[in-house]
Amino acid sequence: MSAVPAVSVENVRKNFGDTEALTGVNLTVDEGEVLGLLGPNGAGKTTLVRVLATLLTPTSGTARVLGHDVVHEAAQVRRKIGLTGQYAAVDELLTGRENLRMFGELFHLSTKDARRRADELLERFDLAFAANRPARTYSGGMRRRLDLASSLLVRPDLLFLDEPTTGLDPRSRNSIWDITRELVDEGMTLLLTTQYLEEADQLADRIAVIDHGHIIAKGTGDELKDQVGGQVVDIVLADPADLNRALDALPGAEAASGGRTVRVAVIDRDPLEVVGEVAATLNSSEIQVRDLGLRRPTLDDVFLELTGELAESAPDGDDVQEVVA
Amino acid sequence: MTASAITRHPAEPEGVVAQAYWQMRDTWTVTKRNLRHFIRQPRLLVFSTIQPVMFVVLFSFVFGGIAGAALPGDISYIDYLLPGIFVQSSAFRSTQTAVGLAEDLERGVVDRFRSMPMSRVAVLGGRTIADLVRSIAVIMLMIAVAYLIGFRFTEGVVSAVGAVLIVALFGLMMSWLFICLALYVPGAEAAQTAGFVVLFPLVFASSIFVPLETMPGWLAAFASQSPLTHAADTARALSIGGEALRPALLAIAWCVGIMAVIIPIAVRRFRSMS
Ligand SMILES: Nc1ncnc2c1ncn2[C@@H]1O[C@H](COP(=O)(O)OP(=O)(O)OP(=O)(O)O)[C@@H](O)[C@H]1O
Ligand SMILES: [Mg+2]
Repeated sequence: MSAVPAVSVENVRKNFGDTEALTGVNLTVDEGEVLGLLGPNGAGKTTLVRVLATLLTPTSGTARVLGHDVVHEAAQVRRKIGLTGQYAAVDELLTGRENLRMFGELFHLSTKDARRRADELLERFDLAFAANRPARTYSGGMRRRLDLASSLLVRPDLLFLDEPTTGLDPRSRNSIWDITRELVDEGMTLLLTTQYLEEADQLADRIAVIDHGHIIAKGTGDELKDQVGGQVVDIVLADPADLNRALDALPGAEAASGGRTVRVAVIDRDPLEVVGEVAATLNSSEIQVRDLGLRRPTLDDVFLELTGELAESAPDGDDVQEVVA
Repeated sequence: MTASAITRHPAEPEGVVAQAYWQMRDTWTVTKRNLRHFIRQPRLLVFSTIQPVMFVVLFSFVFGGIAGAALPGDISYIDYLLPGIFVQSSAFRSTQTAVGLAEDLERGVVDRFRSMPMSRVAVLGGRTIADLVRSIAVIMLMIAVAYLIGFRFTEGVVSAVGAVLIVALFGLMMSWLFICLALYVPGAEAAQTAGFVVLFPLVFASSIFVPLETMPGWLAAFASQSPLTHAADTARALSIGGEALRPALLAIAWCVGIMAVIIPIAVRRFRSMS
């Protein structure tokens, strides 16, 4: 155990007028750890990050970042953190290079160091080719990278990343993931928010699920998936009338939503083997299938399991269940 | 790799002197940013250069005939008018400070500023100083145009510089007033509208366009107490002659007094905003 956790949050609440954005958050992030804060739209992710980054004062409760109270020792906190918010916080009218130089100077680097560091980061984040263009002209992915670079002019002890890949195409997303992994390898503590279980799973050591302003589950990616039951094989029947026959034929199968989908859980087995068995069984029972596939749990599944209700507007909807005859 | 020598935070400033130094450097950094904005937004360039030049030209030609007749001795209206227009244009330009800050507050970049260990005053100071630099540049342009249509400084270079400086001080004070307004009134347009509603009557109820002697008694009484009159009278005396000391002391007292009250209010408000 290290002496002081990087983040410790005790019973933090935040109200905006009548809206209760945070309803009592308790959370610890250890030094060197990557914590993924997973939750749907409106769960309170951004609000929590902004409280921890000293941009919002909590209505009640206490939060300490790297040993300092975020309200009473905000200046010390700011000296040690980096923030990449949900919406790119770069100056649209300045060029990429001017942005980085400006932030470098405001981090109190000497003019010379700010220049050198700006060039290094432009290189590292693949922005050198657009260094002299106004940030206004950058694509979403470039803007994200510039935003991330702006948080790294001096190395923060703790970096907040609020939905770093939302709205990015797979290629841009991968490049952000790569950069994030490098930072983790360098030993940076990271608090990352996301709506994607996949992303939390890829990057985080530990995941905290937030909903309606408080944490409803914590654990590693595997632990969470175990709670939701891990991978499943979903079978969409060609004829809903076959539902009962299919349930009888497949051991451990249960009916999923829609009245024509049967689900078999993959527990501690080779998924491919399960798919093969299911296919063989259906074949020999002469049950017609419209679709058959191996699925990973989505945020929907995690939420369904944890809260008994469907996450509002979760990004990875389950298309298989939406198929209309 | 990031693992280079300066990637840690530099040692933090200790002591009053070091803090004052960083405060000034942060302010300068933000000032540079705002000046760049100014150059890259043609809309602002036009607003702040064409408009005052038109004022100089139109007012002197349109009202020169009647106003000239009311002026003592051989003073021409352009000579009377120009120092007043400096003050008038500075006052109107300061509404742009409110707009600029209000726009900033809606931009993500100020969020980043807030999460950084930089001086909080710098965001506000950098804006007022950039607007001051811009204001002085516009005044220079107005002087150049006025020279083409007959204006002359008669009191020498030092006095002419003094005239520009007193207007600059007045403009700085107005900028801080509007910074404060923008921090309390949400939204850029609202701040600008609120500003114009108050400024318009004040600009006309002063010695900016016509001498107080030509006004009805009650209006002249009000106008004679206005800081706009003091600033205009000072600039005028330093430009074309007349009693400068008394209006200068009054103008400086007003400007310094208002700033002494308004800057701490604005800074505290900005610090507490979230
Ligand atoms: N400044 C504000 N004023 C009023 N309500 C707010 C404000 N900021 C957030 N909220 C409300 O607080 C709740 C939590 O919002 P928050 O932005 O923290 O969610 P989030 O998890 O980041 O969502 P998203 O995934 O959409 O970014 C929402 O109901 C939101 O409407
Ligand atoms: Mg958010």
